[in-house]
Amino acid sequence: MERDPCVCVMGEDVGHYGGSYKVTKGLAEKYGDLRVLDTPIAENSFTGMGIGAAMTGLRPVVEGMNMGFLLLAFNQISNNCGMLHYTSGGQFKIPIVIRGPGGVGRQLGAEHSQRLESYFQSIPGIQMVACSTPYNAKGLMKAAIRSKNPVILFEHVLLYNLKERIPDEEYVLSLEEAEMVRPGEHVTILTYSRMRYHVMQAAKTLVNKGYDPEVIDIRSLKPFDLYTIGSSVKKTHRVLIVEECMRTGGIGASLTAAITENFHDHLDAPIMCLSSQDVPTPYAGTLENWTVVQPAQIVTAVEQLCQ
Amino acid sequence: MATAFWSVNVIQHPRCERPSIASRKPSSAFLGSTLKLRFNPPSRSNFGFSETLRKSSPISAISDVFEEKKQKSASSSSSLLITKEEGLEVYEDMVLGRCFEDMCAQMYYRGKMFGFVHLYNGQEAVSTGFIKLLKKEDCVVSTYRDHVHALSKGVPAREVMSELFGKTTGCCRGQGGSMHMFSKEHNVLGGFAFIGEGIPVATGAAFTSKYRKEALNEADCDHVTLAFFGDGTCNNGQFYECLNMAALWKLPIVFVVENNLWAIGMSHLRSTSDPEIWKKGPAFGMPGVHVDGMDVLKVREVAKEAIGRARRGEGPTLVECETYRFRGHSLADPDELRDPAEKAHYAARDPITALKKYMIENNLAKEGEFKAIDKKIDEIVEDSVEFADESPQPSRSQLLENVFADPKGFGIGPDGRYRCEDPKFTEGTAHV
Repeated sequence: MERDPCVCVMGEDVGHYGGSYKVTKGLAEKYGDLRVLDTPIAENSFTGMGIGAAMTGLRPVVEGMNMGFLLLAFNQISNNCGMLHYTSGGQFKIPIVIRGPGGVGRQLGAEHSQRLESYFQSIPGIQMVACSTPYNAKGLMKAAIRSKNPVILFEHVLLYNLKERIPDEEYVLSLEEAEMVRPGEHVTILTYSRMRYHVMQAAKTLVNKGYDPEVIDIRSLKPFDLYTIGSSVKKTHRVLIVEECMRTGGIGASLTAAITENFHDHLDAPIMCLSSQDVPTPYAGTLENWTVVQPAQIVTAVEQLCQ
Repeated sequence: MATAFWSVNVIQHPRCERPSIASRKPSSAFLGSTLKLRFNPPSRSNFGFSETLRKSSPISAISDVFEEKKQKSASSSSSLLITKEEGLEVYEDMVLGRCFEDMCAQMYYRGKMFGFVHLYNGQEAVSTGFIKLLKKEDCVVSTYRDHVHALSKGVPAREVMSELFGKTTGCCRGQGGSMHMFSKEHNVLGGFAFIGEGIPVATGAAFTSKYRKEALNEADCDHVTLAFFGDGTCNNGQFYECLNMAALWKLPIVFVVENNLWAIGMSHLRSTSDPEIWKKGPAFGMPGVHVDGMDVLKVREVAKEAIGRARRGEGPTLVECETYRFRGHSLADPDELRDPAEKAHYAARDPITALKKYMIENNLAKEGEFKAIDKKIDEIVEDSVEFADESPQPSRSQLLENVFADPKGFGIGPDGRYRCEDPKFTEGTAHV
């Protein structure tokens, strides 16, 4: 925001309140109420407003207080955000960033525990990225803001408390590249967002059992980085996808299709995909735990895959 | 001037079935009295808006003021509503709109354009009345009935016709079509197929104008945005959400309602609890004005004030233009539901004939000058068809362009290169 005065933030409680998860804390004091705009509760309209502002030269960052609320903005995200550059014949670009916390939290109930990446993935003309560490959150956010394309940045409700040392000097990550978390030889585990931590936990157990998993955080949910993924598949010949999305029509489903299409010759076993249950996230803690993939399941899956 | 604009218009509502309800001035401001208009809504109930008409209100509406002005105008030319140059410019723009739309109908039935085409015949006064007052930097946002808005804003007829024919020389390279007219040069921000979805975009454009002035300190930035939409849209959530935000932040926007009484086959009276749309403005803290949308001079006067308000930073205005579309909703609409008497009534109020009559009666121009303009426009429209006919169809290479402003968005392929670097990408055959 300091580097480019056209960058502005819009959303509910982003200004004086500092953001429901304090992501925009301190910004309103520094940049004023217009650059950090507290909007009324009208997701469809303020997202549309962000799109109109982007078309006319600004670079808005629109926050959905919870990603789930952006379902109300689906009209604008699908029709205008994704498609306007094309339907205008390339005349108007829409350098907007739409971001917010999503994913399954701690007993937040079904409607506050949604994963919208599967709903948005078909929209042509948008890019989707999911951050998972403080390092990649900063890098991806900068890249998203600087990108000429509309980008949806998925954050996770449970990852805001992570602490990490990050470089002092400026860095920007690539929106289209995946991240190699742990190189390995036996199996490729593809994951993103919070499931990365479940995978790494499972990886510790797997290493103790003598396995050598390669863990890749795909980061870019749309488009997939088929180079990093493909190179890994060609090395290990076994793929496990671990995601928090629902099974049906999720990111995992698309990824399975993409890998099968492109690298099927290199696979020694069918691709395994661990996703959340096709169930509205229940409130009860025990039930909630069983809807998402847990490290123990990941360990079992790898053992099965490597037989 | 500003106070007159805050008036609440309580002239008999033309849809009222009981013309005897007391009102300020019995001969309403609308050109041609609409009191005799018989509407027979199926349920035959009174819709209950007669009470609202009895509410007292401070000042006479703006339309009244001009009715008086017009009656006096014959004697003194200084109180004429328009100069000769302006009048001819306005006439030319309306004729361009009418002629162009008529040509569209012809071309559609000859199989030169396809899909959904929504024509603007009859509503020209609204487009011309407002848009001809704008600067090039001001923005216009429209709906699917957008050909004439684009033309009024300055997009060449050739580009619009080409776009309708789906050729590469169209304003959107043939990728948008009838319902998606965009022009960066002339600041036409669309052309939207879903009703209501353009209003937030217009609000955003107005927000940028305010942002430029206050956050980027471009002190002389006073760009105004006009959002055009219909009566059906006024029951949609996005309309209300944007009225709220625009009034809240005093955005430089004018919400122009083209109330042509019908949303495809749904009469405005059957779908709206309170059909007087202009009243919804004050509920959000902005003035609401009702104007006769078949009279370009009245529309122009209201537009001057509304645009002036926005430019001065005083905030948004809601303007309801009572207008009518002479044709069906689209070229696919058989238009069987509308009462022929209603159509005849509005046909008699054709804005182009009305302006011509006014100008001739007030000795502003002669018949010959109008004929010359008619001929000129005919030539422009014929030329646009020829141009569109001869223009090339988009080639395959255009398929994947413009999906992203930065084509890296198609990602990295299995070979490690960005897909957009694949030579097949520019051929339109790359796997993305």
